[in-house]
Amino acid sequence: MEDRSEVVRMKGITKVYPNGIAANQSVDFSVRKGEIHALMGENGAGKSTLMKILFGLEQPEEGEIVINGEKVVLSSPNAAIAKGIGMVHQHFMLVPSLTVAENIVLGMEPRKRGMFLDYARAVSLTEEYAERYNLQVDPHAKVMDIPVGMKQKVEILKALVRGAQILILDEPTAVLTTQETTELFRELIHFKEQGHTIIFISHKLKEIKQITDRLTIMRAGKSMGVFDTADVSEQDISRLMVGRDVVLKVEKEPPSPTDTVLSVTDVHYQNEYGKQMLGGVSFSVRKGEILGIAGVEGNGQRELVEMLFDMNQPDSGAIEVEGRPVAGKGQAYIRGLGVSHIPEDRMLYGVAAAGTIEENLIADRFQKPRFNKGPLFKMDAIHEESDRLIEDYQILCRSGGQQVKMLSGGNIQKVVVAREFSCAPKLIIADQPTRGIDVGATEFIRRKLVELSREGAAVLLVSADLNEIIELSDSLIVFYGGEIVAYFEDTSTLTDLEMGEYMLGLKRQSPEEIRRVIHA
Amino acid sequence: MLENILGIIFSIPFAFSILRITTPILFAALAAVVADRAGVTNIGLEGIMMISALTGVIFSAWTQSAGVGLLCAMVIGMLVALMIGFFALILKTDIILAGIAVNMLGSGGTILFMYLASGDRGYSANLASKVMPSIDIPLIKDIPVLGQILSGHNVLTYVALLCVFLVWVLLYKTPLGLQIRSVGENPNAADSVGVSVNRISFIALGISGVLAGLGGAFMSMGYMSSFNTNMTAGRGFIALAAEAMGRGEPLGTFLTSLLFGFADALANNLQSLGFPAELVKMTPYVFTIVGLAVYAASTMNKAKKIRHHSKTKKAGAAQAGA
Repeated sequence: MEDRSEVVRMKGITKVYPNGIAANQSVDFSVRKGEIHALMGENGAGKSTLMKILFGLEQPEEGEIVINGEKVVLSSPNAAIAKGIGMVHQHFMLVPSLTVAENIVLGMEPRKRGMFLDYARAVSLTEEYAERYNLQVDPHAKVMDIPVGMKQKVEILKALVRGAQILILDEPTAVLTTQETTELFRELIHFKEQGHTIIFISHKLKEIKQITDRLTIMRAGKSMGVFDTADVSEQDISRLMVGRDVVLKVEKEPPSPTDTVLSVTDVHYQNEYGKQMLGGVSFSVRKGEILGIAGVEGNGQRELVEMLFDMNQPDSGAIEVEGRPVAGKGQAYIRGLGVSHIPEDRMLYGVAAAGTIEENLIADRFQKPRFNKGPLFKMDAIHEESDRLIEDYQILCRSGGQQVKMLSGGNIQKVVVAREFSCAPKLIIADQPTRGIDVGATEFIRRKLVELSREGAAVLLVSADLNEIIELSDSLIVFYGGEIVAYFEDTSTLTDLEMGEYMLGLKRQSPEEIRRVIHA
Repeated sequence: MLENILGIIFSIPFAFSILRITTPILFAALAAVVADRAGVTNIGLEGIMMISALTGVIFSAWTQSAGVGLLCAMVIGMLVALMIGFFALILKTDIILAGIAVNMLGSGGTILFMYLASGDRGYSANLASKVMPSIDIPLIKDIPVLGQILSGHNVLTYVALLCVFLVWVLLYKTPLGLQIRSVGENPNAADSVGVSVNRISFIALGISGVLAGLGGAFMSMGYMSSFNTNMTAGRGFIALAAEAMGRGEPLGTFLTSLLFGFADALANNLQSLGFPAELVKMTPYVFTIVGLAVYAASTMNKAKKIRHHSKTKKAGAAQAGA
């Protein structure tokens, strides 16, 4: 049935990326004029892809887009802007050394006497729109000097000045403080009253309930349906958003944890924008157990992992490995304590992509006496080590001399894992260890993690994959808003429904319950 | 000895020569400013100057018109710069390598073409080339001391000074300048509002080529009256240093160019006082190294201050929160 008030209708949108990941599978999405419509889903559910298609940044393989009743092809952002669509990106598209007014008119500069920039007009245009939409900005300030909240206003103004009637906001509150968020919501409601349509990408339930009229939920590239916000409970949304399509089983013996290896005590951290990312996090990981950290991305997990490896330092609190503090000690020292790390971004922190497999495998141990003879390498010993690891970790390659970047994602991850697991680690920090890799490599890495923990290593597993975190972890903590909101000592009876409620901030355990994760 | 040096430095001919010597460096440094602000490093300035210097000589000799020679030098300068753009932006070679190739073409290719045009390999004695005129500025030329320093220069010296202002207007007062600065600083932002990054980079390179072409033309049609092999003698590189020290600002770059002009003028005079020529010729380059070191130290200091500033701000915010 044709809904006359519909301003956007996307029908049967399918998008498959060159690496074979189907980000959108036959997705239907529609928005009515003058509503605030939430697009919800976990990381990787396909919501950003869908919006990139609507803004002309990506082209779908299948499907059609209808704007204001007219079928359109959006081949570039300019085409989308011409149809009245504006997007406020999560990472601002601003030029820091230019003033607010200059950023707003960039690409559509008002001119005087034919060839000169009419800066006064740029300022008055900025003021005019700022006034009309109640977005207070300083037109003369340089963008590098203004706070994040104002930068976002500049982005919104950029879209409005270009005539946007439909405004897409990609996780707009992720970078904002609580006060800035409240302000943004007031502004969004003001836009709505002026007849604008807003698409709001988020996975924060409270915000969605607070300001949206309707919502569309996505999971694993598919739409789970459209709902009136008033008609669905937070529990319903949580169940639709977070869920396992296939339940995975990992064979493992019950853990027998002993001494504490990693202890994190009351860690606080504010990021460079003054937003609190960690608010008093305390937990410990013992020998022989796998402790999982679950949570929607952006709730402090990344900041914590960076601190464990001294890539960042806490504002207060202590992080100790076997009683030795790690802050400010550098990675070599931390590795010397027996800590190994599977980084979230394997291409950036895990491997040197242009180097060979062999070079990457010995990157943490090439200084050891057994690989050196005076100033020269003992190549025989190195070849031997590398060949052994390639065989043990089933790295599919022609030889150890092959460049790492020529391998598949799964095999690159196996190179990382082979190095990190073969150095007799006491503590393994596994950050999204199986993200984006094939089933075979995934299973292999999971089995290895369990094996090492049962041999006595302490494992801290951070994963956005619910299946993985529930099945692999012996016990589990949930991060929400930079705090631990739940501790599950035994994951075997845990359901995804229950987890979802903690991950999305609907429930939290009492401080006493959470405190049990500290094994002094 | 020191007295002699000071005597030279505070003499009128010395002050006059600074402006003269600064001219080609200033043209090239402004060329570096325009390219660099658009995010394309034009390291081929030296080569462009050489090619333009020869072009000016050949075409002014053929047409017996200094103006046509100058125009051809500017056009060739632009074309060579656009060629760097073609290699770097379209064919995606490294822009530094493309620039180095142009420099080598400039030092070797000019000798070949001069030989073909004049039969000479060392300098263009057989070509009856023209020079740009010198001009006296009314009123100013009558002021004592100052008039003698500022008036009577080659017309291109005045063009160079005018270009400082024009480049400033271009960068800060025109839509094109705004787009050049955005493309250089955050190409994604420019792209997201429909500004074509490649188009702006090409335009900036073209302007850069014209300015370097003017610098080359001054060398053979003002500073000297013929073309010599390797006559630019590293001025294209000194200009890059002047641009970096001037932080890419037209006025700052003018001041640093003057500094290098001063060093060069000093070198010329010290030689006449009996300092060893080899040592003296190092002066401008020593200035370059010292200048770049000072510049690097000051930027590092600045970065440290910013970091410190944001940290204290953070601490302040934390306290306010608590």
